[in-house]
Amino acid sequence: METKVDITNEKIDLLYAEMEKHKQKSGPLMPTLHSAQRIFGCIPIEIQKIISKELDISVARINGVVTFYGHFSVVPKGKNIISVCLGTACYVKGSGGILDTVSHELKISVGETTDDGLFTLEGTRCIGACGLAPVFMINGEVYGNASVQMVKDIIAKYKT
Amino acid sequence: MLDRMHILICGGPDCKDKSIPIRDAFKANIKKHHLENEVSAVITGCFGLCALGPHILIYPGEILYSGVSEENIQEIFEEHVMKNNPVERLLYRGKFDRMKLKNRSELTFFAQQERIVLRNCGTINPLDINEYIGRDGYMALAKVLTEMTPEEVISEVKKSGLRGRGGGGFPTGLKWEFAKKSISDEKYVVCNADEGDPGAFMDRAVLEGDPHTVLEAMAICGYAIGSHTGYIYIRAEYPVAVERLEIAIGQAKKLGLLGKNIFESGFDFDIEIRLGAGAFVCGEETALMASIEGERGMPRKKPPFPAVKGLFGKPTNVNNVETFANIPPIFLKGADWFKSIGTEKSSGTKVFALGGKIANTGLLEVPMGTTLREVIFDIGGGIPNNKKFKAVQTGGPSGGCITEEMLDTPIDFDNLIALGSMMGSGGMIVMDEDTCMVDVARFYLEFTVDESCGKCTPCREGTKRMLDILNRICQGRGNLDDLNILERLARIIKNSSLCGLGQTAPNPVLSTLKYFKDEYIAHVTDKVCPAGVCSKLTKYVILDNCIGCTKCAKNCPVGAITGNVKEKHKINSKLCTKCGVCKSICPVEAISTKPEKWRAIYAKAN
Ligand SMILES: Cc1cc2nc3c(=O)[nH]c(=O)nc-3n(C[C@H](O)[C@H](O)[C@H](O)COP(=O)(O)O)c2cc1C
Ligand code: SF4
Ligand code: SF4
Ligand code: SF4
Ligand code: FES
Repeated sequence: METKVDITNEKIDLLYAEMEKHKQKSGPLMPTLHSAQRIFGCIPIEIQKIISKELDISVARINGVVTFYGHFSVVPKGKNIISVCLGTACYVKGSGGILDTVSHELKISVGETTDDGLFTLEGTRCIGACGLAPVFMINGEVYGNASVQMVKDIIAKYKT
Repeated sequence: MLDRMHILICGGPDCKDKSIPIRDAFKANIKKHHLENEVSAVITGCFGLCALGPHILIYPGEILYSGVSEENIQEIFEEHVMKNNPVERLLYRGKFDRMKLKNRSELTFFAQQERIVLRNCGTINPLDINEYIGRDGYMALAKVLTEMTPEEVISEVKKSGLRGRGGGGFPTGLKWEFAKKSISDEKYVVCNADEGDPGAFMDRAVLEGDPHTVLEAMAICGYAIGSHTGYIYIRAEYPVAVERLEIAIGQAKKLGLLGKNIFESGFDFDIEIRLGAGAFVCGEETALMASIEGERGMPRKKPPFPAVKGLFGKPTNVNNVETFANIPPIFLKGADWFKSIGTEKSSGTKVFALGGKIANTGLLEVPMGTTLREVIFDIGGGIPNNKKFKAVQTGGPSGGCITEEMLDTPIDFDNLIALGSMMGSGGMIVMDEDTCMVDVARFYLEFTVDESCGKCTPCREGTKRMLDILNRICQGRGNLDDLNILERLARIIKNSSLCGLGQTAPNPVLSTLKYFKDEYIAHVTDKVCPAGVCSKLTKYVILDNCIGCTKCAKNCPVGAITGNVKEKHKINSKLCTKCGVCKSICPVEAISTKPEKWRAIYAKAN
């Protein structure tokens, strides 16, 4: 199943308002893309076209930038984003096992979204909580000293 | 205020029983001398030197006493705490030697322990500018704007000997001078807060714990080079730091410490925050500037250097967060003071993020010239679970592994490069006997392949080829010739890549090949992973000392472990994905991956 991008008029208005602010600055593209990613959860081609018109930058260039950075995506992500830290400190302390667990529980691999659109699994690099390694995040909330049981419990919580 | 002195008493398993009377003896003395507000005595986690316990560690100075008993406390208190005269007879041997080597005059000794970069972290409330001001915040900027010319500012930074903490170690004063000399209607100051090294979080600690110090330093830099606009390029993964910076900028503007006509000096300076978007290569300064401009973050050819043609084509000075954090103290206490700390060619301190197989993970700031051994074993508390130290990795994906024999090397920019590693931004990952060095090299290379921007062929294709070979070796499909190919590819990539990412990417492979060749050979000729990590070359087995606690069976992500309570458990090797979870949680270390163990068990089974 494909998760639909939710492009409403309100959201588009919001983007225009943000672009109005960013246009005052030098180098408005990156801040605009950050806004778009935040508002829509991804930056599909329709949105890129709107940005292109407003900032007078070609769609080709915008698309090049969007696809270059890991933080932006063209397709929507799941409702809940699980990111397992694969930074060095976490890796050495066994974050591979944590990743395997999530992967096994949700039956998806890194970069994929579950069929019901509930979860996306990501591997991230150090999130600066190495003292708590291994570490993973759900929707930005950090869980440290992670164990398999902990991952299972938390996933179960988000499933309901 | 911070306590003048901290007394840490080891409360590890072996010292536990003795540590409480020791602490109470200290507390009684503290009370007697009314030093409650100045001296604290606390019981901490295991110091990791259990054979010699119990231990007492006294800050400042990280003075370690070993094998002390309750009867010694009176003497230690009277001599060390009251008179600052460590009781040499009771000191830990290694520490004793070091003290002999160093100038023991009281002043330098204390000066050498000063927290410079982290001076306010954990001490002030980062959301309140008044607390920063209360600790001489913005005094350096005031002094610079009202008493010094830009030339004097630059000459002071040059005199301090400060070198860039972002990895390269380039002299900061010289960099500022280049930017100043460029003539232009507009110049920029950029703070590099992209902190991409996976396993490092020094900059984050500064930005979250003391954001104003970075703002103040950027304004000083702006004044010195003739710029009125600063940018902080920060990782999007650090939302708390971003928020605190935004608050800090707002407060500074309100008080007129940023904005127009700061301190009535006629100098204007504003700072904007720009977010990174998850590309490691954007930590490279030219890629960073491309990213702010709204391009793909690809490095550009140097020269022209940023000081000549940088952001939006204008002269730009880029410095790292930690570099900036050193600037205000240099102006408050003087370049000579700063120069007196550290070594001849690397002055000041360095903050490290200590992680991996180490008792005390965390941040520490030590004077340059401190040895790796002191950092890992004295401050870091050594390796937990009685495991053997194998290597320490510095410099992240650009660095290399340093072995036991080289641990007494004093840390500075040049020494680490001589060892085949580098300072990098300050990530320091400790590895023990359970770490496979081939796998570590593979891990870093995987990172580089992921993060290579693809602009130049040696880095884009070469690192991928190296990774293919390493994957093959880890899967038991490598041969001896592969090791030569790895070395050849590494040389080519180092010599012909455009930016620092490619030029340093082979380092983790080269250094492990140099110091741990036997592990590579075991993988390619014997087809075993001596550390028991590479899954294709390993099996998980449960040994006879299993107590049947069922923990492993409950935690196995794929349900590969079976067994009854209080009976020896068994792993079904057909289901096992070799994730390592069971091994890490078994309370009695009954699960092994070491070749000598599983080979014996499998031999018996067949
Ligand atoms: C691939 C790559 C990544 C880098 N990442 C960072 C980084 O995350 N933070 C940083 O301050 N410098 C980083 N640098 C170094 C910068 O290019 C630059 O030298 C530094 O910011 C200059 O500041 P300094 O002189 O204060 O060290 C990186 C360099 C390369 C080649
Ligand atoms: S060395 Fe690698 S990261 Fe640097 S420019 Fe070339 S391809 Fe890009
Ligand atoms: S290594 Fe992982 S998959 Fe294999 S038995 Fe242990 S917990 Fe289960
Ligand atoms: S965790 Fe260890 S002791 Fe407990 S059942 Fe598993 S192997 Fe046996
Ligand atoms: S390596 Fe995982 S938080 Fe730093």
